[in-house]
Amino acid sequence: MSLVITDLCVDHGAIRAINGVSFSVSTGQLAAVVGSNGAGKTTLLRTLSGLNKATAGNAHWKSTNLLQAKPEKLVRKGLSHVSEGKSVIPELSVAENLDLGALWRRNKKESAQSKEAILSNFPRLGERLGQRADTLSGGERQMLAIGRSLMSKPELLLLDEPSLGLAPLVIEQIFQSIRDLTTSMGLTVLLVEQNAIGALKIADIGIVLNLGKVAIAGPAQTLIADPAVRAAYLGY
Amino acid sequence: MMKLFNTILIGITSGSIYSLMAIAIVLVWRSTRVINFAQAGLALASSFVGFEVLTRTGSFWIALPVALLAGAGMSAFIEYFFLRPLLKRSGDESQEIFLPIIATLGLLGVIKAILSFIYGDQNGTISPPVSDKDFIVGANSISMSPMRVLILIVVIVLVSSITWLFQKTSIGLALRASSYSPEISRLAGVRVDLIRTCGWAISGAAGSAAGMLQTANGSGSLSPDSLEFSLLLVFGFVAAVIGGLESLLGAVLGGITLGIFISFVLMYVSGSLVFISAFLILLLVLYVRPQGIIGKKVGRRA
Repeated sequence: MSLVITDLCVDHGAIRAINGVSFSVSTGQLAAVVGSNGAGKTTLLRTLSGLNKATAGNAHWKSTNLLQAKPEKLVRKGLSHVSEGKSVIPELSVAENLDLGALWRRNKKESAQSKEAILSNFPRLGERLGQRADTLSGGERQMLAIGRSLMSKPELLLLDEPSLGLAPLVIEQIFQSIRDLTTSMGLTVLLVEQNAIGALKIADIGIVLNLGKVAIAGPAQTLIADPAVRAAYLGY
Repeated sequence: MMKLFNTILIGITSGSIYSLMAIAIVLVWRSTRVINFAQAGLALASSFVGFEVLTRTGSFWIALPVALLAGAGMSAFIEYFFLRPLLKRSGDESQEIFLPIIATLGLLGVIKAILSFIYGDQNGTISPPVSDKDFIVGANSISMSPMRVLILIVVIVLVSSITWLFQKTSIGLALRASSYSPEISRLAGVRVDLIRTCGWAISGAAGSAAGMLQTANGSGSLSPDSLEFSLLLVFGFVAAVIGGLESLLGAVLGGITLGIFISFVLMYVSGSLVFISAFLILLLVLYVRPQGIIGKKVGRRA
């Protein structure tokens, strides 16, 4: 197991947003964390990437303690977090948004190779390198956000609601890219989604969060197939 | 006709110095959302450093870069040891708005007091490194001297270097990204705290250049409770607001606009109205175009 979370608790003021969450993800797996609004999905990711402080518990990525370090340090340890709502900087150009993810990397030749690889995965970004990011469509922005995080050469990718506000067809493309990237780059991915079915379809394992607790976890296909899980947590 | 031409020339020269001060204010505002009123104190202190170097070496060309470095160092020092802990400890949002204002105003007082303690009633002098006699064309003297040409060249070189730094280098990209979105920048691996200190350092250098040039261009005399530097702060601030507080180009345009406006008041109305007229143009801009002359109409980003 490479990402191990045990008894994690996170408070938002007086409210306990995450209440004793434990699960683990193996290297190379795509894990979907699903659940309704307010289940604590975003808080979970923000805590793992160092943006929010945990109240109790443990979270490790391989030998790195995720609860003790700042976000900019964790990036250097191979963790990259694409935050909610198309995490790009609208005032910067597409190329600048991509470069931003690799500023900390010393080896400029390697960064250039990463950029080439990303542009071949998302050719539409290549056509728009000089444009400001706010001229992109929603789907393109999401591709840019993922591309930017890949520029940091991550091993563990945290994705927060990449489907948010996108058209169904575009969602399908984004999900497919996430699946392909996980496999081709050997990434470990924690994908937080409200679009539970879409996420579970591409995931290896699924974790259903409900009111800050793990309601049920298991192989993604099993969760989708279980009528009781579907009725109680997946909304149909 | 000659008078009009000269008025504009004077305005451009003094305006270019206000531009430097405006850039200093804009850089700090963009990196930390703080209006640094201590900027006048920093400019004053680093001009005194320049004066000391000038007395020992006799060369303005050594004194100017040393003053710039001193300004950068002091500004970074203040951000790191003073503002950063203060902002980290301030609780709610209303405190975050007020604390830096009071703090930087207090700092201005502290810096002036320290300088008074060291220099007492003694004044420093920074005399112009080249002639400040106006050029004569035909029968007319035009309000442009070798010194004024030099000021314009120094300002153009500094503004172009800062622009180049911001647009073409990695540190510039980090500076811009951190000011637009600190959170995304941190997630991308940018050490935002360190980058903010860099922003303050560049700002300190720009401010001290304004101080050095203003002193050499004006009376040449430097005193710890200099009115000239208070005016420089006010004009720099007004120029920054006219330019929209967010962009370097805006700061430059704001500075030149204000310089020409003040020069017209000085030449055609009355010298005693200069200070008031600066506030008038500030009010006018805030009424007509609150986002500044080149700012876009957007609310403040969180």
